Amino acid sequence: MPGLVSPDGALELAPGVHWIGALDPTLRSFDIILKTANGTSYNAYCVRGSAGVAVIDTVKESFGDTFFRRLESVADYGEIRAIVLNHLEPDHSGALPELLRRAPGARLYISSRGQMMLKGLLHGDRLAFTPVQTGDGIDLGDRHLRFLKTPYLHWPDTQCTWLEEEGFLFSGDVFGCHFCDARMFNDAVGDFRFSFEYYYAHIMRPFRAHVLEALELIEPLPLKLIAPAHGPILRDAPGRYVARYRELSASGLKNEAADEKTLLVFYLSAYGNTRAMAEAVATGAEAAGGVRVSLYDIEGGEVSPFVDLIEEADGLVFGSPTINGDAVKPVWDLLSSLTAVNVRGKLGAAFGSYGWSGEAVPMVENRLRGLKLRVPMPGVRARLIPTGAELDECRELGRNLALHLTGRMAATTIDMAALA
Amino acid sequence: MPKAKVTFQDVGVTVTVPAGTRLIEVSEKVGAGITYGCREGECCTCLTRIVSGHEHLAPPSVLEDQVLKDNLAPRHHRLACQAQVLGGEIVVKPA
Repeated sequence: MPGLVSPDGALELAPGVHWIGALDPTLRSFDIILKTANGTSYNAYCVRGSAGVAVIDTVKESFGDTFFRRLESVADYGEIRAIVLNHLEPDHSGALPELLRRAPGARLYISSRGQMMLKGLLHGDRLAFTPVQTGDGIDLGDRHLRFLKTPYLHWPDTQCTWLEEEGFLFSGDVFGCHFCDARMFNDAVGDFRFSFEYYYAHIMRPFRAHVLEALELIEPLPLKLIAPAHGPILRDAPGRYVARYRELSASGLKNEAADEKTLLVFYLSAYGNTRAMAEAVATGAEAAGGVRVSLYDIEGGEVSPFVDLIEEADGLVFGSPTINGDAVKPVWDLLSSLTAVNVRGKLGAAFGSYGWSGEAVPMVENRLRGLKLRVPMPGVRARLIPTGAELDECRELGRNLALHLTGRMAATTIDMAALA
Repeated sequence: MPKAKVTFQDVGVTVTVPAGTRLIEVSEKVGAGITYGCREGECCTCLTRIVSGHEHLAPPSVLEDQVLKDNLAPRHHRLACQAQVLGGEIVVKPA
């Protein structure tokens, strides 16, 4: 089978274009958050032009020796005139300081958003580099590299590099996955479809709006091969993976009320008190009109489909009783799962019944703020069984949420001294 | 003490604040959608569009100016953790 990586040799993608990365087959957990059942690869590449050599990305620091052996098999350090980092995370920039030492004549190219990260990585070294964005490029004589600014895939600094003459896209983490197989090419390795989709779900999904922006730049390219920073090199039908990214970045569920704002009311209730408050919030929102309101008992559901719903919703309200001075665990389980999707800017609120101290509501509100939701209305708390007046407050909260979501909330003016 | 009025357009709330107040001191309290990361003027998470009244904010410091440039911030955008209100009426919204 062509393409099997030798221990020290580079892998040719085209004459003068080589993979010079490293395999890490024993890794079982990446960045704490990802499982890696058969390891990963740190993909780096070397592009030779008539006017010089470019190195695209490096590897994790501990794999530097392998990377340098592979690089030395296809280029001399004196030939290297450009080092491109598509992404500065340490698994791609780990060998950069040593590469810069060995290739002092090389110029470093990073995205304009990568400058702060570079300072953090090199700890104040006065390193000359060129910040680039879409439209900028490097002339290697008979070959040309062009940059595509693709921020937040999955860091602010991420970019892709396009090798015009070959139709190769060096995509950084985009279209990558944690899958280690020395056969390297997508038509030669084992079944990595799960890894591809798992990687998208955990790394790219929170940034799917940015994925769609990036696809606008990538889809028009006459792609012959995608060379990502992790996992198999996609030489067989690379466009299929681009199309899959578009599918994965679309809404997972068809929303029959797509033109309507949506408000989800989640609650947990031990004695029915927080449930009564949840129903009042929902009733108040319904009565205001113009909003599709849904009520869910968290105890009767699972986290994953709730996360799917939340990703699509405009407003979120969480009701939790206070037990031992805290919101209850299922609420935290759901709230801690929301980093996998983008909830920034959604409208949020909290409510709940309590016996003694009622900490759950402000704790949930703080978590919502931490998730970058807007939380303009104070939550409603009720001691044990909510009174009629407290249920009225809940209905008012629901009504105000609906008015906010539909742009009908009256503007207010307050003095800073009145703010808590 | 001179006062200013800051309107957070995304939540429809106007706050009367003393001169010298930074946007960060108010925006979270009214639940506006301006979000924060480092809170020290480095990460650019709190980039905020100044819809009107930008002249009523103290000019950006050297640090803020550099961060705005590094992040290619459009005109009339500021870091809410740094921008200090001087007076008048200012309308802001998340970038």
